[in-house]
Amino acid sequence: MDLAEFAEDVGSEDPVTIVGLGTRVSASGAVRAVTAPSGIDWIQPAEMTVSCGAGTPVRDLVEALAEHGQTISIPPSGTVGGALAVGRSGIRRLGRGPIRDVLLQTNYISAWGTVIKAGGPTVKNVTGFDLCRLLVGSHGRLGFLGDVILRTQPRPESSRWFSGEADPWQLLAALYRPSSILWDGTRTWVCIEGHPTDVADQARIAGLPEVERPPQLPSGGRWSLPPSSLRTALPGTGTFVAEIGVGVVHHSQPAPSRHSDQAVAELNHRLKSEFDPRNRLNPQLG
Amino acid sequence: MTATLAGDLIAELGVGRVRTNSAELGLYRRDASTLDDGSTSVVCFPQTTDEVRRCVLLARKHNVAFVARGSGTGLAGGAVPLDGALVIILTKMNKVISVDVENRLAWVEPGVLNLDLTRQMSIHGLHFAPDPSSQQSCSIGGNVANNSGGPHCLADGVTASHVLAVEVVLPDGAVTVLGGEDPEPDGLDLRGVFVGSEGMLGIATKICVRLTQNPPFVRTMLLDFELVADGAATVSAIIAAGMVPAAVEMMDQLCLQAVEAFIHAGLPVDAGGALLVEVAGLEHGVAASVEQVEAIGRAHRARTVRIAEDDAERMLLWKGRKNAFGAVARIKPNYYLHDTVVPRSKLVEVLAAVYEIAARHELLVLNVFHAGDGNLHPLLVYDKREPGVMDRVHAAGEEIVRASVAAGGSLSGEHGIGLEKRDFMGLMFSDADLAAQGSLRHAFDPDGLSNPGKVLPHPATCSDIQHLDHAPEGTWI
Repeated sequence: MDLAEFAEDVGSEDPVTIVGLGTRVSASGAVRAVTAPSGIDWIQPAEMTVSCGAGTPVRDLVEALAEHGQTISIPPSGTVGGALAVGRSGIRRLGRGPIRDVLLQTNYISAWGTVIKAGGPTVKNVTGFDLCRLLVGSHGRLGFLGDVILRTQPRPESSRWFSGEADPWQLLAALYRPSSILWDGTRTWVCIEGHPTDVADQARIAGLPEVERPPQLPSGGRWSLPPSSLRTALPGTGTFVAEIGVGVVHHSQPAPSRHSDQAVAELNHRLKSEFDPRNRLNPQLG
Repeated sequence: MTATLAGDLIAELGVGRVRTNSAELGLYRRDASTLDDGSTSVVCFPQTTDEVRRCVLLARKHNVAFVARGSGTGLAGGAVPLDGALVIILTKMNKVISVDVENRLAWVEPGVLNLDLTRQMSIHGLHFAPDPSSQQSCSIGGNVANNSGGPHCLADGVTASHVLAVEVVLPDGAVTVLGGEDPEPDGLDLRGVFVGSEGMLGIATKICVRLTQNPPFVRTMLLDFELVADGAATVSAIIAAGMVPAAVEMMDQLCLQAVEAFIHAGLPVDAGGALLVEVAGLEHGVAASVEQVEAIGRAHRARTVRIAEDDAERMLLWKGRKNAFGAVARIKPNYYLHDTVVPRSKLVEVLAAVYEIAARHELLVLNVFHAGDGNLHPLLVYDKREPGVMDRVHAAGEEIVRASVAAGGSLSGEHGIGLEKRDFMGLMFSDADLAAQGSLRHAFDPDGLSNPGKVLPHPATCSDIQHLDHAPEGTWI
């Protein structure tokens, strides 16, 4: 399927939803569902960019990039488009950056069924308003991602996890740009990546034994807190694994509801009205 | 009408913080580019968010557009006022409000100078990563407006990656915070679209920036080449080898000569071009990268590889790069600095085109640029007293922009679109693409009062881009 066919599928009249592999959200039965094109168009290692259909499974992309010694800051499940639309970064955000910085350019399908280009193909670009920023995390409510150009990263030579009882803030202060620091209230996990000797040196500073993998993450709720509040806000709330220095908390409990600022809510509403006035795209999301 | 606006502003801010005198206004009709002056009849200097809000409300009351302005170092006309707009100058809002060293973030006012923030953070071993060449004088608010870059954005990303939240006065006068200290605020990423919106979505009054750890080890290398093409190929090979140096900058021969005459750093003035490569991080990774960069350089016929022995030598090499634009004055009194991006793999081809274009228009061109991310900065040098020279400068500039976009690049890497490249937007975007960008603008500013006339071409001109050769005077490229 190419972009034009995808645009035709999306159409311009009836309510429509988009599905990927169903790992993040499943389709609502009441609304007609479409799927985005998939497949890798090209990988340019010297540009650190890759182009693929939004329906491409993240695992396929990660495997293909690994052959070139590269990787990408997208959590490894579902489709590329699904990950971008939901906008949740992986647990290495502290070191590798958020998913919102990954999308350089996209051709998306608008609520009128037309192909619209946003962003630019190069790693550096400030040409016009950056609609890519608006689309990442928009849950497909402004447009459906068709194809994307993404920023890749070198795959670290060495990547190791260490864990034990340690103060995560002391590690945050002592280590040089660790990829992740996780904390469950008593135990801390740290991911250190880079040159093997540097990783070993940093591990000595951390003073923690190596473990095979990060902890199982509670999946009852995903909280977003200012990183400065984690130390005091979390104890006593249930089972959690917090991303130190970032503020994402994987929790056994649903995220507490938050106060929504009126001006921000109004802007969200107006943007939806501009991009999809008839509420065609993913209407089940409200 | 404007006299009343000035009167109302004086009533709010006091007579000392409102200016209407035409000689003083002249300072605020332009930015650091060679673009024509705009027009304003009143400028004001608020000191608090609430004062900015009241200035915006007064502008609205009088139906006058407003333009936020920082240090005025922009190069694309983004802060040039049009049609008598009110200029709201934020340089007096220049405090670092709070610093959270543990979590590495700070709240600052928009008038804080980029380098001042980094200097103030140095005692904590931290810095603000975006480092435009104007960092001594440009403000963080301006960095936010333009999503500014700089040499060290190769590894660490441009301003958008270093701004967590922005307190803004929206065009309707509402004050709110876009984004937040928390990583996943609800709703759309309004912070993300605000950064780089060139003052057209509102005015930033406080900014929460991410601070970056200073690297424990830094090595700076200078590799010089007989041919610029070999230097450019070295850049691609470095990235393809899986390294992301902290910075990879290139200077061509004319630039090396101008800079050497200025700073006497022992630069290779007979080389076709030189690469300034900085690697930073932990000891062994840095050492391995230095070896690898040297090997790749030699494989691409680098003549010499100079590795700075100490901090003093490192600073000297950087001084050359950062002062390149000043050094140019030794060649000709005026310059026009371009800013385009091309894929790294097209650097050789587009540089050849840049030299050819300049030669055909009988202009001198120097190239000093962020090679690591393909961000070209051709510098056309000229003497504006020479009759007809400006026509040649503009014609050559337009061809350079077109050559960059045709090679799969972008109109601007870090200077922004402003007025300068507004009418080139059609080279990258269709009318439908531009209409979508217009929808974003409309959602934030339905009345179009916040810095109108920038970035988005007028509907009539964007489909008519091929006729730019005959653009009327004042339509700058």
